[in-house]
Amino acid sequence: MGESGARAMSAGAGAASLGSIVMVWGNHTVHESSAAAARPDVESAEWLRELADRGPRREAALARLHGVLVRVARREVARRGPRLAISGPELDDLAYQAAADALLAITGKLGQFRGESRFTTWACKFVILEVSTKLGRHFWRHPAVPLAAEDWDRLPGRFGFDPAQEAEWRDLLAAVRRAVDDELTPRQRQVFVAIVLNDVPLDALAIELASNRNAIYKMLFDARRKLRAALAANGYLGHDIAGHS
Amino acid sequence: MNGWPELDRFLRTDPRDVGCAQAMDMLHVYVDLVVAGTPVEERYPGIAAHLRACGPCGEDFEGLLAAVRGEAH
Repeated sequence: MGESGARAMSAGAGAASLGSIVMVWGNHTVHESSAAAARPDVESAEWLRELADRGPRREAALARLHGVLVRVARREVARRGPRLAISGPELDDLAYQAAADALLAITGKLGQFRGESRFTTWACKFVILEVSTKLGRHFWRHPAVPLAAEDWDRLPGRFGFDPAQEAEWRDLLAAVRRAVDDELTPRQRQVFVAIVLNDVPLDALAIELASNRNAIYKMLFDARRKLRAALAANGYLGHDIAGHS
Repeated sequence: MNGWPELDRFLRTDPRDVGCAQAMDMLHVYVDLVVAGTPVEERYPGIAAHLRACGPCGEDFEGLLAAVRGEAH
């Protein structure tokens, strides 16, 4: 089973015992109601019956589910394809691999389906996450920029600064760089540089750092908060009055 | 408002943001609600905030939504 499938299912198992999601990031506590386990709809119940069966009925259901997963994976890689340095048969192979890994994960985790959604939506989540993970791994086969690179000249373009107005943003750019050096931990700095300066996809970075999407996102989240506070304190950005976007 | 909207937007964080793990845990439920026309941003504001801010999770959301709609036709 792929890492993304494991991510989806470990989280799903955790939610099963909770009435609400409680996240604490920084000083904020967030409560979010989760869907309660429910009786599956008729079509979903039929999928579950067939997949739990033995013999030809199960085989037919597996073949049908595999067909759905392949179709979804191929459409998904085609949807993302134009933004990737990958195309043709390689992209098709990736879709088939994602579908195969997703099918394996789904059949191993059928008992964790709680009926909160349609079965096929739950199943398709596996293949979408597999596609993400495989594209993240693929990035390192032909990385555009080495992970250790640190080209600050890319920052103005990244944030749409007009070269003709360099006199206006030169100070801001220096302040961003100073805040990155002074305010961020070494790990936050590494994540900021990789994602913002080097344009490394977050999933690819998670793989390279032997981490996971959630941990990398949290590191970048904290880095963004620190940098914004530093820039606001020095008058480069307005203070965040509302507390959220 | 300031003169650096893209930088400002990137650095602005939403305290309701639940993070990737929670958002992905609920993604299938969230997508089915979207397809059903439920006002999902009101019901799950923390997930909505996360999907707006996190590129990879937003991409997975768009992908799953497209998959469900594609399979329905």
